[in-house]
Amino acid sequence: MPNRLPERDGEWIDRSQSVRFRFEGKTHEGFAGDVLSSALWANGVRLLGRSFKYHRPRGIYSLAGHDISSMVEDAQRTNLRGDLLPIEPNLDVRAVNTAGSLERDWLRITDHFGRFMPVGFYYKAFHTPRRLFPLYENRIRKIAGLGRVNPKGHLPPSAKDYAFCDFVVVGGGPAGLAGAIAAAEQGLKVLLVEEHPHLGGSLLWQHARDEAAREQLKDLLSRADALENLTIRCGTQVAGWYADHWLALVDAERLTKLRAMCTLVATGCFEQPAVFGNNDLPGVMLSSAARRLIYLYRVRPFERAVVLTGNREGYGVALDLLQAGVHVVAVVDLRANGEMSDLAESVAAAGIEIFKHHAVYEAVASRDKTSVVGAILCPLNEQGGPESIGRVKLSCDGIVMSVGWTPASGIAYQAGLRFEYDERVEQLIPESESDRVFVAGRAAGVFDLESQMEDGRRAGLAAAAACGRFEGDIPERPVHTGPPPSHPYPIMPHPGKKNFVDLDEDLHLADFKNAHQEGFDNIELIKRFTTVGMGPTQGKLSNFNAIRILSRLNGATINETGSTVSRPFHQPVSMAKLSGRRFHPMRHTPLHAQHLALSANMIHAGSWLRPEYYKIDDSSRADCILSEAENVRSGVGVIDLSTLGKLHFCGPDAARFLEQIYTGTFSEQRVGRLRYALGCDEQGIIIEDGVVARLSEHHFYVTATSSGAAGFYRDLQRWALLFEMDVTLVNETGHLAAINLAGPKAREVLRSLSDFALDDDAFPYLAVRQGHVAGAEALLMRIGFVGELGYEIHIPAGTATHVWQKLLEAGRELEIRPFGVEAQRLLRLEKGHLIVGQDTDALTHPYEADLGWAIKAKKPFFIGSRSLQILAARPLARQLVGLALPQSSKVPLPEECHLIIEDGEIAGRITSVAHRTTLGQPIAMAFVTPEMASPGREVTIRVAGGKLLVATVVPMPFYDPENSRQKVAD
Amino acid sequence: MKIIHCPINGPRPLQEFHFGGQVREMPVGSQVSDAEWADYVFNRSGEPGIQREWWYHTASGTWFIAERDCQSDEFIRTYLYGGRESDA
Repeated sequence: MPNRLPERDGEWIDRSQSVRFRFEGKTHEGFAGDVLSSALWANGVRLLGRSFKYHRPRGIYSLAGHDISSMVEDAQRTNLRGDLLPIEPNLDVRAVNTAGSLERDWLRITDHFGRFMPVGFYYKAFHTPRRLFPLYENRIRKIAGLGRVNPKGHLPPSAKDYAFCDFVVVGGGPAGLAGAIAAAEQGLKVLLVEEHPHLGGSLLWQHARDEAAREQLKDLLSRADALENLTIRCGTQVAGWYADHWLALVDAERLTKLRAMCTLVATGCFEQPAVFGNNDLPGVMLSSAARRLIYLYRVRPFERAVVLTGNREGYGVALDLLQAGVHVVAVVDLRANGEMSDLAESVAAAGIEIFKHHAVYEAVASRDKTSVVGAILCPLNEQGGPESIGRVKLSCDGIVMSVGWTPASGIAYQAGLRFEYDERVEQLIPESESDRVFVAGRAAGVFDLESQMEDGRRAGLAAAAACGRFEGDIPERPVHTGPPPSHPYPIMPHPGKKNFVDLDEDLHLADFKNAHQEGFDNIELIKRFTTVGMGPTQGKLSNFNAIRILSRLNGATINETGSTVSRPFHQPVSMAKLSGRRFHPMRHTPLHAQHLALSANMIHAGSWLRPEYYKIDDSSRADCILSEAENVRSGVGVIDLSTLGKLHFCGPDAARFLEQIYTGTFSEQRVGRLRYALGCDEQGIIIEDGVVARLSEHHFYVTATSSGAAGFYRDLQRWALLFEMDVTLVNETGHLAAINLAGPKAREVLRSLSDFALDDDAFPYLAVRQGHVAGAEALLMRIGFVGELGYEIHIPAGTATHVWQKLLEAGRELEIRPFGVEAQRLLRLEKGHLIVGQDTDALTHPYEADLGWAIKAKKPFFIGSRSLQILAARPLARQLVGLALPQSSKVPLPEECHLIIEDGEIAGRITSVAHRTTLGQPIAMAFVTPEMASPGREVTIRVAGGKLLVATVVPMPFYDPENSRQKVAD
Repeated sequence: MKIIHCPINGPRPLQEFHFGGQVREMPVGSQVSDAEWADYVFNRSGEPGIQREWWYHTASGTWFIAERDCQSDEFIRTYLYGGRESDA
């Protein structure tokens, strides 16, 4: 490790633990605490990756988690950032986006074709002819791209947890620490979240040379440590801020969903690069990166450095470099007057040459173009642009940029704050704070260390006040004094070399000028056309320079130009963090275990699990379903209907209420009788059908469709409020089980188990009776949904298993069998009964479904009545009809939703179909136009593969049109 | 995830609620033209500002009214229909 500096207090590396790892097939050594980039740099490796588009060599740039040109992958994971990835034994990684190897990437040739590929090139060149686009796309993706996903990789699912606090502080620098301490001292439960492995923020690198700052940090840490109500999580990203202080925290192990009451954004700033020729070469880096190398990882960044600056910090960096044993060749200051403070004197006293009102015009590349061998300086003209005369070439292997900052404002934007440009600091600062979202420190344009802590304390007290824990005066935010910490335009045009604005997307200055010339003169447009800020860092190092460029091109101010907001996630979050178990509520009926014991194949039906059919040894699914149905037709079967909505309507207004909800009349319904009930919404669309049983004058029992029951009950509750009626609703859907006993032998089965008369006179079709079945209290409804003699038996859920077993026992000699949802669908289709939501859609009104008979239009009002009045006067657009399908044909039978075609146009669709039926013929229900709806009419169905099948319209029901089966007397 | 104040159950996460649309007066069908009825059925106001909305707390079966600023997505207050107005 030739570039490693001597041990120093506060370093992040653990020199007692040396770590061997592999990069691009070669073994290197570093220390625990190193990230990949720092360990490689310590070993003199400067070529860390290739860029996205031109495959240009790249090295360390920010060392703050934004170096997307040092992305690597291993056998499992991809797009790992070298400046975030801790080294560990067995780490074996290679650079992404290279062909061959990193050093001999043959795609580096694309760099030479750059001038033929201006921004927007892909849109224009590859969009015609369209049929070739997939070919181009494939090629482009291979050349311009990042890591490849390993489809065979397996990452263990990440844990999720929840956390709660009064005050969440994002960022553990001086402002964040001071804010967290101030709020915790007022008794708030505080959570401080720091993305890096250690607390301290800028104190660790920006102020590291200053002995007083080190003491300051120690003091803050010990005060924080003493507060029991202050929790600290380091190595944790705040990935997103969602409504009402709901935050996503991500660390190496888990995703935490945090609920807070107040938020402090003390995230500091992203240092911004300068734009000059070859400003992306390995060896050109931000001053914060150089300082991180020196103070956190103890790596000497270069041998000979040139510092380009536009602020006070650059002089501090020059002194930091000097202390680290770097020969500082020059400090190049963009400002006309240079630096006025004593720092400039210290730099000059150290023998470093200062070039005022100069810029670095170009970084000179080595012969192999993978490193810096010099810097060309140019004097600036009055407008701050480069002069062509008076240029100086200096020999160096590193160029440090210290030209300005932009707030790490992502979380603040997500929390609803907006930023505006302030010329006192030449950066964006928050326009205002909300009463529960605060910004402090450099993110708010406060750069002086004491002021930062004061600002943090102010926010902490404001949060305590918002939580009702502090009543004293809250100080004002300190104001920045002195020259601005950012330079307003650190951007140099350069005709030859690529001067990059966005290193993610390989965009250089000329791309913006071209885009502007093409008319993309608005920040939102230029962003989309150039793709600036759309790369992996989401513009953290490029957006603001793009705004500066555009505002200059437009001759507008920054505030007139505007900035773009930021959405979650603030930093990329791996899919493994987001994936995991889904907690999807699933309802079981009381008979679930019985179904499993009978080898049922269970399927999802809305929120329920229901038996699709019961498996029999070697029989196919279709055979099982058909034989279950045939058994109902010829003998007797049982089906679990516990999923039905089961509602009680009680009270003097119950009948009147039902009449407003449903299309029918119920006032004169006799006690002990059933009626079909059809419910519409205000548009007159069918939303519900069921059966209404009158149990007494003021008591009705109603069943509702399985899938719609929950929503229907919810609507009923609101209508009961709105109608102001004396009616009480009781939802017994979960309390009761229901079993339908159906088939010509149903009465025989029931006879031995019931304590009431079953013959046709005592219990006729469409009657309801209460009594006992197998000793259990039961309510029975005699209805024929499947078209046979049938009793729907409603019993308390706790007795369901007992009754079910007794029914099966009692019917054993009659060969009773359970049947599933599929057999029931077949049986009801044969009977021509529609299923709401299957045979109707969001536009189906009763007249289309031949249910006009169920509408009692003379009633003064029911939900949907006014709409139905309008619809009744209009010609029908479509009608639900029955279709007989050919028995044997070379063309496959249709599936649900296949279209009916007439004269080349869509004329309808299949809503239900059965390929095998107890009738021996395949049948379907379909919507067709009224002209096609008369029986005997042939219709053409477009089936799978685009083939056409001719079917015939037939009257419904297909089975037992006289309804004799369900009314059978004995 | 937003927090909504149910007038019965207090602050609960959005996940426990069902949105029931704008609070609108249903016209008397016999007193309006077809066009006026259709306007009631199909059209909603998209005007920014404070809007009265129906919300339903699913776990407890509570319908209530919320006044929400649909531009800033802030709940101003919630109260039971026709009942005593509570602080949001």
